[in-house]
Amino acid sequence: MVLLKMKFNQQRRVRLAQGLWLLSWLAVMCGAFIFCLGVYLKTELLRRDEVEKESFMDIHVVPNILMMVGLASIGTNWVATRVCQDSLDASRFPRWKVLLLAWFVVAALLCCLLLAVVVLSYVLQGRLEESLKVGLRNGIRFYKDTDVPGRCFQKETIDRLQMEFRCCGNNNFKDWFEVQWVSGRFLDYTAQEVKDRIRSNVDGRYLLDGVPFSCCNPASPRPCLQYHLTDNRAHFNYDYLSEDLNLYSRGCRQALTDYYMGLMNSTGPGVLSVILIQVGNFHLRYLQTAVEGAMALEDPEGDSEGYILEKGVKETFEEVKVKVLTMMKLAQVDPEGVPVDAEAEKAADTTAEKAASPTPAS
Amino acid sequence: MPFMVVKFDLQKRVRLAQGLWMLYWTSVLAGIVLFSLGIFFKIELRKRSEIMNNSESHLVPNLLILLSLVACGINAFGGKMCHDSLDPQKFTKMKPALKPFFALSCGLVALLLLQVLLCVLMQFSVYLTLAEGLQFALRFYKDTDTPGRCYMKRTLDMTQIEFRCCGNNNFRDWFELQWISNRYLDMSNDLVKDRVLSNVEGKYLMDSVPFSCCNPGSPRPCIQHHLTNNTAHYDYDHRTEELNIWTRGCREAVFSYYSSIMTSIGAIVIGVIILETADMAGLKYLSTALETMADPENPECESEGWLLEKGVKETLGDMIGKLKTLGRANQVEEGGDAPEATT
Repeated sequence: MVLLKMKFNQQRRVRLAQGLWLLSWLAVMCGAFIFCLGVYLKTELLRRDEVEKESFMDIHVVPNILMMVGLASIGTNWVATRVCQDSLDASRFPRWKVLLLAWFVVAALLCCLLLAVVVLSYVLQGRLEESLKVGLRNGIRFYKDTDVPGRCFQKETIDRLQMEFRCCGNNNFKDWFEVQWVSGRFLDYTAQEVKDRIRSNVDGRYLLDGVPFSCCNPASPRPCLQYHLTDNRAHFNYDYLSEDLNLYSRGCRQALTDYYMGLMNSTGPGVLSVILIQVGNFHLRYLQTAVEGAMALEDPEGDSEGYILEKGVKETFEEVKVKVLTMMKLAQVDPEGVPVDAEAEKAADTTAEKAASPTPAS
Repeated sequence: MPFMVVKFDLQKRVRLAQGLWMLYWTSVLAGIVLFSLGIFFKIELRKRSEIMNNSESHLVPNLLILLSLVACGINAFGGKMCHDSLDPQKFTKMKPALKPFFALSCGLVALLLLQVLLCVLMQFSVYLTLAEGLQFALRFYKDTDTPGRCYMKRTLDMTQIEFRCCGNNNFRDWFELQWISNRYLDMSNDLVKDRVLSNVEGKYLMDSVPFSCCNPGSPRPCIQHHLTNNTAHYDYDHRTEELNIWTRGCREAVFSYYSSIMTSIGAIVIGVIILETADMAGLKYLSTALETMADPENPECESEGWLLEKGVKETLGDMIGKLKTLGRANQVEEGGDAPEATT
């Protein structure tokens, strides 16, 4: 019982070959698109390297898989175009027969990997948030250390990040109140105000209710208020509780997560449509069986049948299992040499004897 | 004596037609590139029209868009002509269209040359528009409650952040005008009253700059206020401090950006001009080679192709003569009419 049989005459075969050739070229371009997408995601992630803490199985696995799958997809679909081109030429088609099984396996693997990528990009969102939280916390803590080698660019990185993503602090701008973000090199320790602030907390840090300039919102109608934010009397016509345009209200962790999730979500439909195109390419099986059937006929231009599986699903599965087991047994037999052969012969003899012995009884 | 004669047999003619077809379609692609460049430049001008007082000239991008569309059309038609040229029937139908096509191509090349000239000359106009526009922008920075100007503050802040610049010529431009609105000034405060009374026009002037002038690359937190007062900040000398705020003026910064766009557009248009002249030369060779076939029925015969039928000097002389006779023909008619009228 053949699975999903269809009749093909010569014209239908030609049309199928042409259609699949076009589809395969489309799939090649989709593979290139996937590769470029992977490269773009990777560069975006690398740009913010400094505010992400590295961890095992982090979000970088998504663009890496995308790049690999993109390249592999270009290769396999290019092979598919060659197969389609040669399929109508009886002399050139047989050399592809061996490769086609491998092609189907590779194409199925690519589809599975693409699906895995879509799933991973959602699953790893939690990890991304975690790594951003730790990275940003460190960035804010080391903001003032512009003279410490290895940390001297944290200030510029955090400033540019806050300006570009329109965010302030980790969760909100109050994170800056808890950290000393003015370096001791620029503090006049003889001034009373400085001494008061340093003595006001256990660790001896210069804490103030101010934020860096990069938190300022250019859309505010009034010039930016950075310092004495909680003191309503320090500024004219200012109410700390109702002022919302002065600084960016969003935290940078939320801003960055939204940005990366937006990137992944917009790539989701693209990847899904590429999966659909790749699945469409599996019609190559119909072309293969139809052409092979035509070549076996006396009249190559006559009708032939195309199918997906020669026997039903169960029977094909059994056959594959038997093949795999024999291959494994052959692999076992070869290293051990003759004794196993002798054992096998003995076993065969004993079974033959056993088969023979009941017969006299019956 | 024809100018730059080349002998052609069938194979050479076919190769020339094929190569010319590819060249024409490459020129179509180049036209598309020019079109997208024109759109890009137009969008960039529109984006910053607020700091140019909405008076910037869109001549360069508009002309570029128009010329690119015309070039695409002409080159596509040229490609079709190459495709038809090897078929004798289609070629005879095509022959009368050749002369006007050459005239159109020459016109296009002349207009493209004009475009290059404009790309170079209009840079002066952009510079002057920027200077004037930025002056107004700085003056209206504080007017966030005036309809029509309420986004000036945001635009100017974003421009200073994006282009890493401060003020018109440099940051001192901010010292000469009031950039804090009166709504946020406590007029009963003595300090404020002193500052307002200190100048003739009653403006609240101070030696401070907006936050968008701050340089994130500075090792110390940004110093915005009391910039010229060394004692106001610990370990600060305003003469030697250079990383604190951007030192470049926005006029220079924005102008260099636009000037680089216009220069690269000019360079690409020069490339397209070279491509167009190559197209025209190739088409001239192909058409003359096909026309001078000794035996039109036999496609394998040899023929000659050239760029100009006579030498360069003679062709120029011919053209000038034609222009003169055109002028004289008009004169003769007028003279002829007048005696008739009198008689």
